[in-house]
Amino acid sequence: MTTTTHLPGTTGRRPLARPVEADRPRRRLPFSAWHLLLAPLAVLFALPLVWLLLSSFMSDAQFNRFPTELLPDGIDLSGYRYVLGNGMFPRWLLNSVIVSTVAVASNLVFGVLGGYAFARMRFAGSRLLLMLMLATMAVPFQLTMIPTFLVMKKLGLIDTLGALIVPSLVTPFAVFLLRQFFLSLPRELEEAAWIDGCARLRVLWSIVLPLARPALATVAVLTFLTTWNDLSWPLIAINHDTQYTLQLGLTTFQGTHHTRWSAVMAGNVITVLPVLLAFLFAQKTFIRSLTATGLKG
Amino acid sequence: MPRLPTPVTVSPVRSDPRALRRRHRREAATAWAFVSPSVLVIIGLSVVPVLWSLLLSFRADDLVTPSRWVGLDNYHALVQDPHFHEAVRNTLVYTLLYVPLSIAAGLALALALNRRIRFVGLYRTLFFVPFVVSATAQGVLFSFVLDPEFGAANSVLHRLGISSQGFLTDPSQALYLLIVISLWSGTGLCTVIYLAALQDVPKELIEAARLDGAEHRHVLRHVTLPTVAPVTVFLLLWQTIQALQVFDLVYVTTKGGPLGSTTVIVYFIWEQAFKNFTAGYGAAAAYVLALALLVPAVVLRLVRSGRERHTRKEAATS
Repeated sequence: MTTTTHLPGTTGRRPLARPVEADRPRRRLPFSAWHLLLAPLAVLFALPLVWLLLSSFMSDAQFNRFPTELLPDGIDLSGYRYVLGNGMFPRWLLNSVIVSTVAVASNLVFGVLGGYAFARMRFAGSRLLLMLMLATMAVPFQLTMIPTFLVMKKLGLIDTLGALIVPSLVTPFAVFLLRQFFLSLPRELEEAAWIDGCARLRVLWSIVLPLARPALATVAVLTFLTTWNDLSWPLIAINHDTQYTLQLGLTTFQGTHHTRWSAVMAGNVITVLPVLLAFLFAQKTFIRSLTATGLKG
Repeated sequence: MPRLPTPVTVSPVRSDPRALRRRHRREAATAWAFVSPSVLVIIGLSVVPVLWSLLLSFRADDLVTPSRWVGLDNYHALVQDPHFHEAVRNTLVYTLLYVPLSIAAGLALALALNRRIRFVGLYRTLFFVPFVVSATAQGVLFSFVLDPEFGAANSVLHRLGISSQGFLTDPSQALYLLIVISLWSGTGLCTVIYLAALQDVPKELIEAARLDGAEHRHVLRHVTLPTVAPVTVFLLLWQTIQALQVFDLVYVTTKGGPLGSTTVIVYFIWEQAFKNFTAGYGAAAAYVLALALLVPAVVLRLVRSGRERHTRKEAATS
């Protein structure tokens, strides 16, 4: 978030507080009429999430008053205590963490290996495979979900975390994005190392990967976002509530705990928080990842 | 990894053809080892299912007992199924409202933010942050806010002296409310992508137009918008693809109801395959959707290749 604390209109009155050169020009911009439009809109966008957080601190008694109160009386943690204490929530949280972590790690590993091979190595069938991979990027999930369910059933993975992990082990998106990135690196860097007799994996590990950090971050961020937030595939592949992910758990929890809104809201906060924190800490990476895919698309 | 004995020559590149061939073979083997996990997962869980789905769509299958061939029956049934018609209609309403509105709002916000004012970063964060919230969390949150009895929305309306609304339980409101929720979460993506594109618009171009006496709106129409046109095309297709595939939000909030007013195509497919156990029928519906999605994809390709040819021609003439 922003580090400035003073109000927009007050900056002009304190020009002597610091030498002019030391101040960044952005900070001394005068109040603009655009704020009158932008600030209410920004509040409107933030409001649902702010209210989500506030309502998670309300007690059930307060939820049931009519008309419904909008702000909590105080900080009531009974919702959090309920979901973290006796529900399945901790288990679901763990499941989500496992699935997302494995997906991110394996997308990085397989994406790097595949992307590097497609970018730098010559082998029979590489063009065909690459075309095939690009084509599968355009396939909508709905088209593959029924057969994927049948494949997972044949493998005996339905109702296990394996059913969630295997399809997200590596995406064509990760392979392709990393290939594009490796292509943009100068070849000479690696050639020097080959001449020294380094093996491919060593070159990849010690020369290419340190340069590829932004691309790796993009793959990690987008993989985490999609696996953590996914609902449709867990909904299909999982029946037993010990194997639920947070998203799937939250929907069923909402259905069965209609009277415990405090717990539902607390559970919702727990579901959203990891992504929100990741976003706030790595905001630049998030936005760069999404705009880069958009601009180059 | 075993390493060949280091050759005596300084450069391993110029050597006799046999060594060269051996090197190539080794390289191909390594490359295959590198790509095989990706190839296995992507072919096994993408290419095969696509073909399998096609096969399924010609069969009656309940996911348990062996299926039987029914030819085009599933497709015939789809054409006559009023529920499918309704799903198509709802999906089209959703898409035709969500896509243009999210792009227009995203562009407007980006234009407002693309100037030297304070808090641009903060505004961008606030507009974008709903995008990272999962559809599940959005759905749970808004089912509560819009709950006719306990929800905050009716509570506010009550205080303003307006009668209670049914919101997501009202067939005439539910679909439009889902569109509003999607706009809340989806506009930020358009904003940040437009904002990045606007920052790439060459400043000299705008200054030149200004010097020639162009007004703000003329600069916008003749300089800014044409420069970001590729981004607009991308967003148009991206948002369309997203909109045609909407599912999670519907599942969490309305389950296709009330009275089927929010049943969208993907919800219909899911219901057929995993609730009614008519997987063949669901697969046929999925194929219809896939063909519908193919249209924007092909348009994108044509626009892309057209643009590339255009730029190449320009490069050649200049």
